[in-house]
Parts: sequence; structure tokens; C-alpha cells
Amino acid sequence: MLNVTNLQVKLEDEDKQILKGLSLTVPAGEVHAIMGPNGSGKSTMSYVLSGKGGYEVTGGSATLDGVDLLDMDPEERAAAGLFLAFQYPVEIPGVGNMTFLRTAVNSQRKARGEDELSAADFLKLVRAKAKALKIDAEMLKRPVNVGFSGGEKKRNEILQMAMLEPKMCILDETDSGLDVDAMKLVAEGVNALRDGKRSFLVITHYQRLLDHIKPDVVHIMADGKIIKSGGPELALEVENNGYADLLAEVA
Amino acid sequence: MAVAKVQTDAQQARLAAIALPAGGKWITATRKAAYDRLLAMGLPTRRDEYWKFTRPETLTDAHAKPAKLLITDEKPVFCDIDRLRLVFVDGVFDPDISDAMAMDHIEIEPLGTAAAADIHWAKDLYGVLEARGQVPVSRPLAALNTATAEQGIVIRVTGKVPRPVCLHYIRTTETADATVHHIVKVEEGGDVTVLENGPAAARINKVLEVDIANGGAFHHVRTQGRDHERQAAAHIFARLGTKSSFKSFSLTVNGALTRNECVIEMLGDDAHATIAGASTGDGKTHPFHQDDTVFITHDAVNCESRQVFKKVLRNGATGVFQGKILVKPGAQKTDGYQISQGLLLDDDSQFLAKPELEIYADDVACSHGSTVGAIDEDALFYLMSRGIPRRIATDMLVLSFLADALEEIEDEAIRGDIRHRLEAWVERHRA
Repeated sequence: MLNVTNLQVKLEDEDKQILKGLSLTVPAGEVHAIMGPNGSGKSTMSYVLSGKGGYEVTGGSATLDGVDLLDMDPEERAAAGLFLAFQYPVEIPGVGNMTFLRTAVNSQRKARGEDELSAADFLKLVRAKAKALKIDAEMLKRPVNVGFSGGEKKRNEILQMAMLEPKMCILDETDSGLDVDAMKLVAEGVNALRDGKRSFLVITHYQRLLDHIKPDVVHIMADGKIIKSGGPELALEVENNGYADLLAEVA
Repeated sequence: MAVAKVQTDAQQARLAAIALPAGGKWITATRKAAYDRLLAMGLPTRRDEYWKFTRPETLTDAHAKPAKLLITDEKPVFCDIDRLRLVFVDGVFDPDISDAMAMDHIEIEPLGTAAAADIHWAKDLYGVLEARGQVPVSRPLAALNTATAEQGIVIRVTGKVPRPVCLHYIRTTETADATVHHIVKVEEGGDVTVLENGPAAARINKVLEVDIANGGAFHHVRTQGRDHERQAAAHIFARLGTKSSFKSFSLTVNGALTRNECVIEMLGDDAHATIAGASTGDGKTHPFHQDDTVFITHDAVNCESRQVFKKVLRNGATGVFQGKILVKPGAQKTDGYQISQGLLLDDDSQFLAKPELEIYADDVACSHGSTVGAIDEDALFYLMSRGIPRRIATDMLVLSFLADALEEIEDEAIRGDIRHRLEAWVERHRA
């Protein structure tokens, strides 16, 4: 599924290297978690994989099902099946959530040569998926993320994920700013999408989220690369001891 | 200063050559007075502070520059709105293709008919608000209009009018130079919506005077036609009584030159005024210059005024905003709001803004903001990361930027009509 090999990335405007040979493989159907201290490059990785501007790839590769991601525009990566749930979902006044979702779904279908969803079919689908995430009609009508609480914004991210049905989902600190109930709701949304084929890369600071979304593999990232990978117990170790021991190990 | 001398001579010759229309009864004295005002003020020149950002030459010249007609199979805006339609062809009212001028709670007459009456209520409004609006800033083009206009509609509103009155301007020649002057008198408890659409002429000088009595309401939505080469100078003068309401929205899509001035006097307590506009210009094939100049005077207690202007500019297009709120002594509890924003879609375009507040009362809330910027890259990436192609995502953000101004239009159907116009523009002018 997702193959990242020796990825090296610097800021476009500054001579600052952020990813320093990141390698990572997420096979189909698996959930991988990435943990790591602040500034280790976790969010940069998610942005670079999904095609945000402002970064320059200086080496390495990233492929999704063998297709070179780094060569594509962000919308092409999305149509190819990549999805990023933002840490800070962007507010877009004046664009209705519903219009946004429908435009996104149909843009992807069009890019893949599929028929666009009719207004009626789309409505049926979105209502069913929204209901599971406790997103009411009012929230669907409002402008994208405008006036949404932190929890509503994250639920809206998961709704988009559910509507777009990507192959590979990257969740960038989806648990940040969520209370326990909201986190459960979001985790349920994610788990509902686990079908044995879809893969997940979950970036988080806290083991707590991983109680709800059970990872197959946990990676520890520091200073722009993966320094250790292991089972779910690795997350517990971080929770109990912090990163100091792990960092000392590789130093 | 030989150059200045030549200009002055030319200007004097231009002013001397202006012929006041013959005929008319009470209006003759009004026209003469307006002409005298004009002579005293002179026509605007590039040296005037008020015309610092917009060159007035093509508006003041004796002859209009010809403007090519736009051939389009697009349906006219507002055509699906149930309205009473009054048609002007090249700036001349045509009763034969207009609806009958009869509705409940409203009297409608052509200006010519009102001007020919021995006694008419229009005498107390025509040119009166324009004359008041000449202080403290002179507006010579409006005086020129009052002095020379023979075309226009005279409206008196006595209750809630069931359907909007739509002034539909049709253009059939490349050279028409139109001067149109409308007056609307809203009596106590009157409520009317006036729509305007169409490019009117190669050049139009238009004045609209609106006098709203206590408790009256006036709604106004206009589109200024998307003919590329046309020139327009439009003035609105409004006077608001106690608990009255004035709302005006203008859509400017294309046009070589548009100067929209609006002068609002809030004379009665608890009144509300909104003046808003959206404009979109792409200088790629034709020049675009659009100017909103607003002057709102608060001279009563507890009045609210809103100015909301949004401009999307590309390929060397220019947008201008000059907006002033004057709060007179004693106009306590004034709530004045003013926002003007330019969205530049490239490095060649410009948005020039001059927001002003002048306040002589101590218990007021006035806020003003003016911004200029490019498309928000974070928002663009967010949309694209969901699979929406860049050009469609950009369109969505352009429309999203304009949405605040559209929100100022109360009627949902009319707002929808305007939104469709903007969507069509955005589609025609993709990068």
C-alpha cells in the first residue's frame, strides 16, 4: 500500500532539513501509529505525502500501490486514494459543507472515470454517514468548519473520510483537542472504516487514542526519521517513560 | 502653469456648451439651480482629491466613447422574479415594452410627465437631496445630471408594494450617452424594492434620490451590465427618517469604468442603512476600473449603518473604495460598520482603499476594516486534498470571498440570481 523510502524533505524558503531519510511501509489493511516528540517532522510527513506546497523533496520516494505520489498534484493524490485528516481543519466561510462534500466526491469520481453521484443518491449517502458520526443536518448546511467546535471539526474530517472512501488514511493528531466522548466517537468512525483492505497511519502524541484505534505497528519518529518500530506495547512504553530512553538508545 | 490654463479654458467651454432641456414647468428652475451649482463647482479633474484613484475625463467629456455591444444569449438577471418591469432603451423610457405602471400602494410616472405638471410633489425631491449631498464634498456629475436629465422614473410609495419595480436598461447602439434621474419617495410605512439591471448605454450618468419617511423601507439591488467598454457614473442620495430602513446592493461585473457614489443622511432616530457591493474584474481583454465612494452622515440617535464591499480583481483590474462615516455632535449610540476587501488573483491588479471616520459624539461604536490579499493557500490546499481540482477550488474560494457581500441582500431569490451571475463570471474568467 504506502511505501516511503529514505524520504528527505527541506523547507522551500529556508535551508532547513526536516525529513532526514524517512522510511515506512504500511501494508494493505493495517493500522500503523506514529509517535514522536514535538518537531520530529510528523506533520511535515503528512503534508508532504498529501502534496502541500512550501516543501522541497530532496531525495527518496513515496508510492501508493506502486504509483509515485510525489509526482502528483494534491487532487490527484486524493483521487488515487490518499486522505489526510487535518490536525487543524481549515474554515471556509461562504462554502456550504454539503456543497464541499459533493464537489469533492464527484471530483474524485470524475477523475477515476466513474459516474458522478446524483443529488438524491449523494444526499442519501451523506445522511446515513453523518448520522453515525452524530453530525446533524444543521452542521451539514453550515459553511465548512465555520463556527464548529474542535470536536465537530474532527468529526467533520471523519465524515469526509467516510464519504470519500480512500485506500490510505493519514490522521494527523486527530485526537488533539478532543474530550473523551468525542475521541470515542471519532475512533468509532475510524474503526467503522476498517475493512481489512483500507490502511491507516495514525499520528498521535497519546497512547489513549490507540486504546480505541488498535494499531498493528507503532513507529517512533525523531529528528526526521523512524528510530524504532514495534507492536502496540511500544506506545505504552512511551506513555510511561517518555521519549528520553528511546532517544538515548539510538544516540 | 500653461497646462492648467488650457484645461480650465477647455472646461469652461465644455460647461458653457451644456444646453438645459426645454419644456417642463417647476423643473426649469431646479435645472437652472443645478446648472449654477455645476458652474460654481466645475467638473471634476484628476487634481481633485476625491478623484485621486479614478480618472474622471471619460465621464466629463462632451461626448461618450463608443462601446461595443455585448452579444450574449444569457437571460437577463431578475427575469424569473415576479416584478413590474419598466424598460429603458439606450437611456430612453419605452412605455410600449414596459409593464403598465399600476400596482397597489405605489404611484409611478415617467420623469417627463411629472416635469410637465404645473404642480407636482416631485418638486420637493428632484435635485433636493443631490443639492444637500454637495456638502462637504462636491459631486459635479450629479449636478450635471439634475440639470440635464430628461429621462427617469418618479415613484411614490404609500404602503407595502406587492412586487419589486424593475428598471431594465437595454442597449442597442454603440454610442448612446444616457442621463437618467430617478426619484423615490417612500411615505410613512411604505415598503418597496427597486431592481435595476442592464448596461443602459455606452456611457451613463445616473442619479437616484430616495427619501424615506418615518418607518419606511427601501430595498435596492442593481447590476450594472457586463458590457466591457461601457462607462458609468451613478449617484444615490438617500435621506432616512425615524425607524426607516435603506438597503442597497450593487453588482459590477466588467465595465471599463464604474464610479458608484452613495450619499446617505440619517436624520431620524433608530434608522438603518446598508450599502453593499460585489465587483469582479478581469483586465485580460478589456480594462476594468470600479470605484465605490460612500459618504454616510449620522445626524440622529441610535442609528446603524453598514458598508460591505468586496472586489475580485485579475489581470491589471483596479478596484477603489472611498468610504466615510461622519457622526455629527449628538448622534449618540451610533453603530457604524465598514468593511472593504480586495481579492487579488495576481500581482498585476490593485485595490485602493480610503476608509475614513469623523466622529463628534462620544457614545458611538464605529468599526472599519480594509484588507487586500490573495487566495488563501491553506484553504486551497484543504479543498485540493479532498480531490477538488485547483481551478474549481479557486472558484469556490472566490465565491466564498464574495459571499459576505451577497448576504446583505435580504431576498433569497434575488440573492440567488446575483450569485448565479457571479458563478457565471468566475467560470468565464478562470485562470
